[in-house]
Amino acid sequence: MKTSNLKDLPKDEYLLKGHAACAGCGPAISLRLLLKALGKNVFLVVPACCTTVIQGPYPFTSCAVPLQNILFESTGAAASGIVAALRQRHLEDVTVVGWAGDGGTVDIGIQALSGAAERGTNFIYVCYDNEAYGNTGMQRSGATPYGAWTTTTPNGKKERKKDMALIMAAHRIPYVATACTSYPLDFVTKLRKAREIQGTKYIHLLSPCPTGWRYDSSKTVEMGRLAVTTGVWALYEIEQGKFKLSSPSERLINKDRRKHVNEYFSRQGRFHGLSKEEIERIQKWVDEDWEKYRKINADSSTFENLIE
Amino acid sequence: MAQELIDTANHIAGYAAKAARVKVVAAYPITPQTTVVEKIADFVESGEMDAEYIRVESEHSAMVACIGAAATGVRTFTATSSHGLALMHEALHWASGSRLPIVMAVVNRAMGAPWSIWPDFSDSLSQRDTGWIQFYCADNQEVFDTIIQAYKLCEDESVFLPVMVCLEGFILSHTYASIMMPEQSEIDKFLPQYRSGWMLDVDRPYSHGNLVSPEWYMEFRYMIQEAMEKAKRLIPRIDKDYAQRFGNGYGGLIEKYMCEDADLVLLTMGTIGSEAKLSVDRLRKQGKKVGSARVRVFRPFPTEEIRDIAKNTRIIATIDRHISFGMEGFLAAETKASIFDQEDAPIVKGFIAGLGGRDVTSETIERMAEKSLKLTNLTKTERETEWVDLKE
Repeated sequence: MKTSNLKDLPKDEYLLKGHAACAGCGPAISLRLLLKALGKNVFLVVPACCTTVIQGPYPFTSCAVPLQNILFESTGAAASGIVAALRQRHLEDVTVVGWAGDGGTVDIGIQALSGAAERGTNFIYVCYDNEAYGNTGMQRSGATPYGAWTTTTPNGKKERKKDMALIMAAHRIPYVATACTSYPLDFVTKLRKAREIQGTKYIHLLSPCPTGWRYDSSKTVEMGRLAVTTGVWALYEIEQGKFKLSSPSERLINKDRRKHVNEYFSRQGRFHGLSKEEIERIQKWVDEDWEKYRKINADSSTFENLIE
Repeated sequence: MAQELIDTANHIAGYAAKAARVKVVAAYPITPQTTVVEKIADFVESGEMDAEYIRVESEHSAMVACIGAAATGVRTFTATSSHGLALMHEALHWASGSRLPIVMAVVNRAMGAPWSIWPDFSDSLSQRDTGWIQFYCADNQEVFDTIIQAYKLCEDESVFLPVMVCLEGFILSHTYASIMMPEQSEIDKFLPQYRSGWMLDVDRPYSHGNLVSPEWYMEFRYMIQEAMEKAKRLIPRIDKDYAQRFGNGYGGLIEKYMCEDADLVLLTMGTIGSEAKLSVDRLRKQGKKVGSARVRVFRPFPTEEIRDIAKNTRIIATIDRHISFGMEGFLAAETKASIFDQEDAPIVKGFIAGLGGRDVTSETIERMAEKSLKLTNLTKTERETEWVDLKE
């Protein structure tokens, strides 16, 4: 059931105007879409992250669905408790959604998420990835990409980005997907598909952040588009272990369809430290990944073929 | 019909969770708590207990899962010990700050390094500031009764604070004893449906726990303090009600034994309190006027009851199965704090005993009592808190 048009989304607003996000905040755009996609029967579980601040301070909130703020590392655990209690109360039509930043997912939150997934907890977990600890002022996370400036990697991160989607796929959960703020229909379709599946569903959402990535706040959507059209970020699904590129990325299987990665890096202040050699090295990594995507997508292979 | 049950305190804690009709248990094994959760797993898998047991991957997740479940409107339970409790520390704060009525059995065990699996109260007492109500049990019957009473207490609208029910590892947890378990229908009458002050509800959407500025935060904390004060008054009433229905009462906040005319009162917690009664009996036979008082509830601290005891005696000897490094045991410190401005306040002599499971027998307690009785005018050295049975 593909949502073909943004106009098909409900008019109801569940993320109200006047929230406290930065201008041009990618995650805020996506949270608003998520709530439109899933409607009012949602419990949001939100650890310490940008959304803690975005929702606004007591006695106000900009979120019109029940939202449980919880400790930084424990989104998966809180969701487990909530799901169990809903089942005991026979309230099966509430969708539990963990909405966590990259820090609370790939670093401090990985244990609780892994545990929840291993137990097959019936919830949707969305990691909105702005590639740093945004809430505390842009320190590096395990999801920060190679070469990016952050306040704790002033000379650029020396390690590669942790591949959380593959880690989640290795848990053999029924549904894993990547998404991007700049592709709203793709995101909405994936959310609605996830809702229909029993078990743990994981969506890793690349979510551009003008504050941390150092670009003009009017360019968030453009930045996400470039992430995808350069191939730096691939949109795909892993359903019951089978890998499938999503159409915005499937179009880019041929290398000459993809823009050079520098189209993406040159527009963000956080990558100004990258040397020409490093950029070419990254281009090589991207091409290697895409060679794998091409092979696996061709015969809808299992995701294990993605791992070297 | 009430039924006799011969089992370990850990298994009995499991029976109590079942009798309380708990709906979600989230727990992680740790010695000496493990048999609590194994018993509950048995009950749930056999269908004897209509609940869900989430086999979480750490104690921090156990407490957070309980928070999630309690926030969604069901009665929850967990259990832990020692480092497991320490790992939950920030989540303990979150539970009490969220005003969620969660009950947890803490099977007391010493902290490492170095590793020790044997009992003392360092684990639970070092969590005294987290806004949790704390009970300390002296026998298996009390473990059962206190867990049931705990739910009644924490779900009262004047309280809505989480409760830990503490029991010493191995001494109680793994020791078989006979208890009387009340009939389920009677327990159901005593313990109504789960209640909490708030709930996640799609028809009444709120954001829970979001940022509170300095303008509002203190009032939230004051309300927790108020709830503790109300709990202090409610605990004896619940205990009395329970005793009337089921025959077992514990004297509310403090269980007193022969304190009325005592020159010396031994102030204790947990099983040392049971042992102290034997010491009192022997000392009384020798004509010495000694009594013992077992602090059953450490949080809220029973300040008024301590002051009452202090008014009627010359010497209080506190026995702490705990040390706060750089100061003394909390029972000693808080007792002194409770009576410092009292006219003719008694001598308070602190003893540290039983750390890491070192045995504290009624003979040991007798020796502490004999020593204390001699302290009419304390020298500076004699006034200091003493460590008992320390090897040279």
